[in-house]
Amino acid sequence: MKKLLVLSGKGGTGKTTAAGAMIRFARAGASADCDVDAPNLHLVAGVGGQPERKRFIGSEKARINPAVCVGCGRCAELCRFQAIGEDQGAFQVREHACEGCGVCAWACPVQAVTMEEDKAGEQYLYREARVFSTARLKMGRGNTGKLVTAVKLDMMKGAPEADFAVIDGSPGIGCPVMASISGVDLVLIVAEPSLSGRSDLERLLDTVEGMRARAAVCVNKWDVSPENTAGIMDLCRMRNIPFLGKIPYDRSASDAVNKGITLAEIDCPARDALYHIYEQVSQLLALPSANLE
Amino acid sequence: MRIGVLSGKGGAGKTMMAVNLAAAGERAVYIDCDVEEPNGRLFFRPEGVTAQAVRTKLPEFDALKCTGCRKCVEFCRFHALVYIKEKPMVFEEVCHACGGCGLVCPSGAVMERERPVGQVERGRHREVEVITGVLNPGEASGVPVIRAALKAGASIGGLTIVDCPPGSACTVVESISNVDYCLLAAEPTAFGMHNFQMVYELAVLLGKPCGVVINKMDGPYPPLEDFCRENGLPILLRIPYRRRLAQMAAEGEIAVERDRAAAVVFRRLLERIGGGG
Repeated sequence: MKKLLVLSGKGGTGKTTAAGAMIRFARAGASADCDVDAPNLHLVAGVGGQPERKRFIGSEKARINPAVCVGCGRCAELCRFQAIGEDQGAFQVREHACEGCGVCAWACPVQAVTMEEDKAGEQYLYREARVFSTARLKMGRGNTGKLVTAVKLDMMKGAPEADFAVIDGSPGIGCPVMASISGVDLVLIVAEPSLSGRSDLERLLDTVEGMRARAAVCVNKWDVSPENTAGIMDLCRMRNIPFLGKIPYDRSASDAVNKGITLAEIDCPARDALYHIYEQVSQLLALPSANLE
Repeated sequence: MRIGVLSGKGGAGKTMMAVNLAAAGERAVYIDCDVEEPNGRLFFRPEGVTAQAVRTKLPEFDALKCTGCRKCVEFCRFHALVYIKEKPMVFEEVCHACGGCGLVCPSGAVMERERPVGQVERGRHREVEVITGVLNPGEASGVPVIRAALKAGASIGGLTIVDCPPGSACTVVESISNVDYCLLAAEPTAFGMHNFQMVYELAVLLGKPCGVVINKMDGPYPPLEDFCRENGLPILLRIPYRRRLAQMAAEGEIAVERDRAAAVVFRRLLERIGGGG
């Protein structure tokens, strides 16, 4: 299975719009949304039926039994995450700050602290129309890298015979992004022609190259700033990264999203630009042949 | 007053709003907590920038003292330690720096060294103190850098604008832990709406008062307006999509410094939130 990951560095550059179109152009047998703390691909992925649901257990969380606690404060003293607070002699775990390391439970002289399983999110696997794996992280939880890996694994297990998979990633360069990069065949970066977009692109390229993954770049809404677009193309030339194309600003994009369909299904200039990018992606990945409609 | 600017979905205009709010205040502190992709500094171009490294701890093992009991490996819930070639080894990216291995070691073989994971930059743009957290590429967690940036801002005080990371995970919780008010930047599309609901839920969970700014309006999008009305959530401002605004943002220009109308609009927004006095 050849895996294409769509990333952007900066948020809101059109990652999910591009990923949705790629799925449709390729009639990809498998797809996944790894942006687990702001998932959106399911809104346009054309999935059908009810998903199989699965609890995602992240790290454990500490809990202090007030009936046993003697208020010595040893746990709060040793916690490196400021996750234990005191209110008039009563010690309590701040659940959002707790990383589940277990130091407090180890340190407690009276065994008032227990480590408990924490449901950090939910995974969904759709199989009806095509295999689509996604998840939703519970508010404020960490461990997104672990969940990202689980989402990808489910996609691969769900569609072992699929020859092409499209994965939508999250913005940024941190843990979830790195987890999504591992094991993919190509990272398509959707950049935005702004100073912010360029800066974020460079940080993302550093991250992708640091992991020895292969990257290619396209620019969305290029006509908002032809100068910055030219700058990004120069940057790609200098860093020896394939530049796959420019997508114009197109109102049809938000119309498509609001109708719950991909841009591939609307006849418009942005669709044509994306199709051109898709053709190059298939070449880079040596896909059998473009599955044209 | 401390105001957090959040959005759920990336690209909804968080940084644009945070930068303009800070610039519209008489004297303000701007803290960029989007440490994976910090962009406020590209707008402010601060002067006199100084940088301070942010470090976390990493265990090191004294081979002479280590008896090979493997208590540290068993204790580590993050599976950051393995026992290999007669001694423990640490995976830097997985280590949470909890200090547990050092606590459980019976022979005092664990020492800790400091490891840089990012930096906090501090500079000035006119009346705005600009603080930027920057995570080093390749690092897994921005939380230590966010904490350091917030701490640097807290020592100044006054009107403080916190530019948050996108999403609704632990980094967002950390960023808004001490704010008095959450300003939610919403994008009027199905994508924007879905992520906006998630981040609103998070702000409510943390007990923060909220207000909404709808950005890039390109015709009406009733589901968002209906949601706000049903939840008693005030829509403080609606910003239309204009190519000129997109271009200003693309070039890193601060609207309130270039455009009198924008200055009035953001000044009024600040007053409505209660940070204008």
